[in-house]
Amino acid sequence: MESLTTRAVMWFVLLLLAVMAAALAHDAAFAAQMVIVAIAMGAFLWWTLYSAKVDTAGNWLRAPNDEGRYDDDPVRWGVIATMFWGIAGFTAGLFIALQLAFPALNFEPWLNFGRVRPLHTSAVIFAFGGNALIATSFYIVQRTCRARLAFPGLARFVFWGYQLFIVLAATGYLLGVSQGKEYAEPEWYVDWLLTIVWVAYLLVFVMTIIKRKEPHIYVANWFFLAFILTVAMLHVVNNLDVPVSLLGSRSYPLFGGVQGALVQWWYGHNAVGFFLTAGFLAMMYYFVPKQAERPVYSYRLSIIHFWSLIFLYIWAGPHHLHYTALPDWAQTLGMVFSVMLWMPSWGGMINGLMTLNGAWDKIRTDPIIRMMVWALAFYGMSTFEGPMLSIKAVNAMSHYTDWTIGHVHSGALGWNGMITFAALYYLAPRLWGRERLYSLRMVNWHFWLATLGIVFYASSMWVAGIMQGYMWREYGADGYLVNSFAETVSVMWPYYVARALGGLLFIAGAVIMVYNIWMTILGHMREEKPLTTAAHNPEADRPLVAQPAE
Amino acid sequence: MSDTQVQEKVTGHKRFERNVTLLGAAALVTVAIGGIVEIAPLFWIDNTIEPVEGMRPYTPLEQAGRDIYVREGCYACHSQMIRPFRDEVERYGHYSLAAESMYDHPFQWGSKRTGPDLARVGGRYSDGWHVQHLIDPQSVVPESVMPTYGFLADAPLEFEHIADNLVALSYVGVPYTQTDIEQARQDVIGQADPDTAPGDLVERYPGAQVRDFDGDPDRITEMDALVAYLQVLGTMVDVNSAAAQEVLAEESGR
Repeated sequence: MESLTTRAVMWFVLLLLAVMAAALAHDAAFAAQMVIVAIAMGAFLWWTLYSAKVDTAGNWLRAPNDEGRYDDDPVRWGVIATMFWGIAGFTAGLFIALQLAFPALNFEPWLNFGRVRPLHTSAVIFAFGGNALIATSFYIVQRTCRARLAFPGLARFVFWGYQLFIVLAATGYLLGVSQGKEYAEPEWYVDWLLTIVWVAYLLVFVMTIIKRKEPHIYVANWFFLAFILTVAMLHVVNNLDVPVSLLGSRSYPLFGGVQGALVQWWYGHNAVGFFLTAGFLAMMYYFVPKQAERPVYSYRLSIIHFWSLIFLYIWAGPHHLHYTALPDWAQTLGMVFSVMLWMPSWGGMINGLMTLNGAWDKIRTDPIIRMMVWALAFYGMSTFEGPMLSIKAVNAMSHYTDWTIGHVHSGALGWNGMITFAALYYLAPRLWGRERLYSLRMVNWHFWLATLGIVFYASSMWVAGIMQGYMWREYGADGYLVNSFAETVSVMWPYYVARALGGLLFIAGAVIMVYNIWMTILGHMREEKPLTTAAHNPEADRPLVAQPAE
Repeated sequence: MSDTQVQEKVTGHKRFERNVTLLGAAALVTVAIGGIVEIAPLFWIDNTIEPVEGMRPYTPLEQAGRDIYVREGCYACHSQMIRPFRDEVERYGHYSLAAESMYDHPFQWGSKRTGPDLARVGGRYSDGWHVQHLIDPQSVVPESVMPTYGFLADAPLEFEHIADNLVALSYVGVPYTQTDIEQARQDVIGQADPDTAPGDLVERYPGAQVRDFDGDPDRITEMDALVAYLQVLGTMVDVNSAAAQEVLAEESGR
């Protein structure tokens, strides 16, 4: 009973605080955000009371954990949330891509480019990517440890707290709540919420590893652990700030000017390095061997890959600040480490691809494997392109142009997108106890639409970026600049349209995926010519439970 | 791990693979090194912390405009960092100094130029041009893909609590004086309302431009604040002065 009372009182107090903050807010946006918090706290409170079973003596009855099964509810919710936020984030991206081609699509003030752009980046990175990471890490850590999640209640808080973080961040951007740092736009109170959720996430993850039944911690968990720890460090340091008022949305970051710039890009580049790389490599290290039904290619390579990747990545941030007012030595360090980073990146790609040794024929027969291989190929391509763009001589031309946007998207759509889709296809039948996916042929459709979309996107942005870079610095025989800035904007139009078309194709693929997985969840199976996929034995998919001594 | 298992000898990397605390601690140390080596020196290297003559904190009105710039996500398309290349210097003006953004919390150097750099846009266009351009960008630059910001001209500037903003900024190191903070609200009115005397605003903020910025002298709008901010960008330091050139000479490698 105490536990129930404590929880109910805690949510009730938070609900009251949110209502008071909304009433006393200094700005309208903060009031709106606090109303959202109050609704969420009300929902948590209602759920705490609604799900409570109390016996006649007033004791709170908890449903006993079935230690013989994995705790997959948060994973199932995570799969659905990943699909939902994926579609939302991709659509926001298509919308802002169209705004650049057709500026009349800006609807001031809430749907202007500057407010929707962070919505797009946060929705795809933190909502789509983050949900995929949380869901897969909860799935993988249980299987590789042969143990149920530690702290099931906390695991549920991680999921729902993270959704609240996303909703607050997203609505905040549209209302004009932003601290103006790329990929770290949420304001102070949203940062605090994320910090709490993240500590809970770390606790659930580490405690599950501690109660493992396997002696060995599998390599995927190393990457997840490094991802969770490093993101915690980056998030806290980059978001040190002073709120103007505890009743207003505005805060000012502790670091400003050149220090602020380097702290920001130390954060920004390692959001790529640890959120979008280390975490997704963990997915790769589990799902590729499972789907290929082959062990990881090289154990030694995975050790070298892990330590060199996490050591080198953190240095690469200054390559976002070449030729700026950042001291020269820091820029050079950033460049050198970025180029070195090429090696561990490709080491990881090779370890993933060579896992298919002896099973290469599956690229032809298994569309999920094909997606994974393609993800690794894009990972290899963008981790070659990245070091190249970080070379100062190249960066002098490419920086500030759309080439950067193209680079980011070949990594994000190709690597993060494809490996996530493959993981979702792997998970859906297993999580909902279905014999197979609704349709493997539709996976094939998704694969080709996404690939075509990425090709349109990346190639149009390459051309646009290189053209911009050279037009800006073009001199005529008379010794004057040839192009006004406006002229360099007007020539972008066909490329912006081609990019939007690429985005549309990518979304079309994702919509097919949502339909496919939804039908799988409902238990339908499409009648079609069969394709192969990895076998699944639900009976073996269980935690190890201590057996009584004979 | 049952007791009946044969105890194998755990050596080398296997120690990390068996102990999550050790693995986590080692990973955290590994990822901390790069950041410490690169970031920490910036807090004591001269050319990143030394003010250049002319640098001053933003007036409350300019700061309010800057907050609007941040709120609207202008940095998504406009940089404020001119690199030392011939084409950029000819297009945008003298390349940016570290000291010029020393009071910028957050920095707004940006990473993308869908629109032009704004580091030295101050004084390049008239107030009227900015207002017209913000209300309808395509009416002055037909090729522009910029959204319209007409609502700024209708939105009264909220500056009831502007002193709190200055207090917060002074906590993070912007040298506002006690007078600046006490006068903050009055300073907004003094700078933007032509009917109110600015007092000692210009003594405390040398070079501050005092006038009605949005063409509507009857009220102080968000447009006033944003235009005041745009008009001060890059104007504080006289980059051709001897003092600034001396600082520049010490910046190597650019």
